[in-house]
Amino acid sequence: MYSTDLRTDKEKKSADQQILDDAELWDTFQARIDNGDTIEAKDAMPEKYRQTLTRQISQHAHSEIIGQLPEGNWVTRAPTLKRKLILLAKIQDEAGHGLYLYSAAETLGRSRDDMVADLLSGKAKYSTIFNYPTPTWADIGTIGWLVDGAAIVNQIPLCRCSYGPYARAMVRVCKEESFHQRQGYEIVTTLARGSAEQKAMAQDSLNRFWWPSLMMFGPSDSASTHSSQNMKWNIKRHSNDELRQRFIDATIPQAEFLGLTIPDPDLKWNEERGSYDHGDIDWDEFWAVIKDGGICGKDRIQARRAAAKDGVWVRAAAEAYAAKQSAKEQVA
Amino acid sequence: MSNNNWHLYEVFIRSKNGLAHKHAGSVHAQDAETAILSARDLYTRRGEASSLWIIKSSDIIASDPGEAGELYDPSDDKIYRHSTFYTVPDGVKNM
Repeated sequence: MYSTDLRTDKEKKSADQQILDDAELWDTFQARIDNGDTIEAKDAMPEKYRQTLTRQISQHAHSEIIGQLPEGNWVTRAPTLKRKLILLAKIQDEAGHGLYLYSAAETLGRSRDDMVADLLSGKAKYSTIFNYPTPTWADIGTIGWLVDGAAIVNQIPLCRCSYGPYARAMVRVCKEESFHQRQGYEIVTTLARGSAEQKAMAQDSLNRFWWPSLMMFGPSDSASTHSSQNMKWNIKRHSNDELRQRFIDATIPQAEFLGLTIPDPDLKWNEERGSYDHGDIDWDEFWAVIKDGGICGKDRIQARRAAAKDGVWVRAAAEAYAAKQSAKEQVA
Repeated sequence: MSNNNWHLYEVFIRSKNGLAHKHAGSVHAQDAETAILSARDLYTRRGEASSLWIIKSSDIIASDPGEAGELYDPSDDKIYRHSTFYTVPDGVKNM
C-alpha cells in the first residue's frame, strides 16, 4: 500500500526522464545495500533511490494524515465516553505518524511545505482505503481491525528497510499501531456479541471493507512493474501478494472466532500451500479510486484544504509571537 | 502555506535518568518554547520521556559521511588501544 507506486505510467515516465545518475554510484551504492548497510540522510545515494523514497515516504505520510478523516467522522458520535477518548487518542496517533514520516521524508531534501502543497493540490497520492466512507460506528471497529491490521503487515518489514530515517519512523509507528488494531477488534467483538442488529452492523461493515483492505497491498505481483528495483534496494522486502496472503491468513480465524463471514465465496483453505485461496480482486475498482478519488476523494482533499486555511491565523500568530520574543531578547 | 520560514528542530529524548538523550526525530516550530511543546505532543504520548532536548537542525555541525574514511583512519592502525592486544599469562585472574 504505502510502498506501492500509485502514479500513472505517464507520471512515472516523465519523472524518470529527469534523473541523471552515474553508473559508478549505482554500483558502489548497491554494494553497500548488499552488504546490509543502512543508508543515512547525508550519504551519497542514486537520485532514483532518493526520488523513490521521497515519493514513498511522503505518500505514506499523506495516507496517515488523510486517514484521520474517516475516523474523525465518528468522534462526536462515539457510543460512550471511553470509546470517544480512545478514538481521539488513535486519531492523534495518526497525526503523529504523518509527522514522523514527513520528518523522515524531509531528510531527503524535499521541504514539508512542498509535500503538503502536493497533497492539497491533488497531485500527491495516498492510500485508496481512506476514500471509502464510514457510515456506521462498526466501521470504526473494522478500520482498526482490518485497515490498521493490514498496515501492520505492510509496515513491519519496513522497519528493516535500507533507509535509516524511514526505518526508525516505522519502528515508532508499529509500536503504536498494535493499540489501533486491538481497539478496533474490541469494537467489532462487542458488536458481534451484541444484539442481532449490532452483529448485522458488524457484518455489513466487514462486507464493505474486506476487499478495499486487500487492495491496500497494491496490485498483484503479475501486474506490479516497479517492485524489483525496490527489492534490490531493500526498500521493499516482500511482494504485494506475499504480504496480502499473510494478512488474509491471519485475519480469517479472527473473523471466524466472532462468527462473522468473509464476503468471498471463493475463499478456501489450501492444504497443500498451508494458506487460504481467495477470489479475484476487482482491480478496476482500485484504479478507478486512484484516478477519480472514489466516493470520498473530493471531500478528503477539501477537508485538508479547509484545515490549512483555518490554520492560517494560528501560524501567523505563532510567527508574530516568535518575532516579538526575539525582538525583546535583542533589546535585553 | 505560509510556514516557509519555520525552523526545523531536532528532538532528543531521555527516557529515564541514568540513560543518555537519544535522537527521536524532528519538529517544525517558530520558537524554542513551542518546539518543546510540539516535541512533547509528537514524541512522548506514552510516557517515553523524563527529559527533552531540542536544537535547531541548522545549528548541528555534522561530519561528512563521504570523508569518514580519512577522518577515522588514524584509529584504524592502533590496535594496541584495545585490551585484547595484550596477552596475560595463564593463571593470572581478574584482569
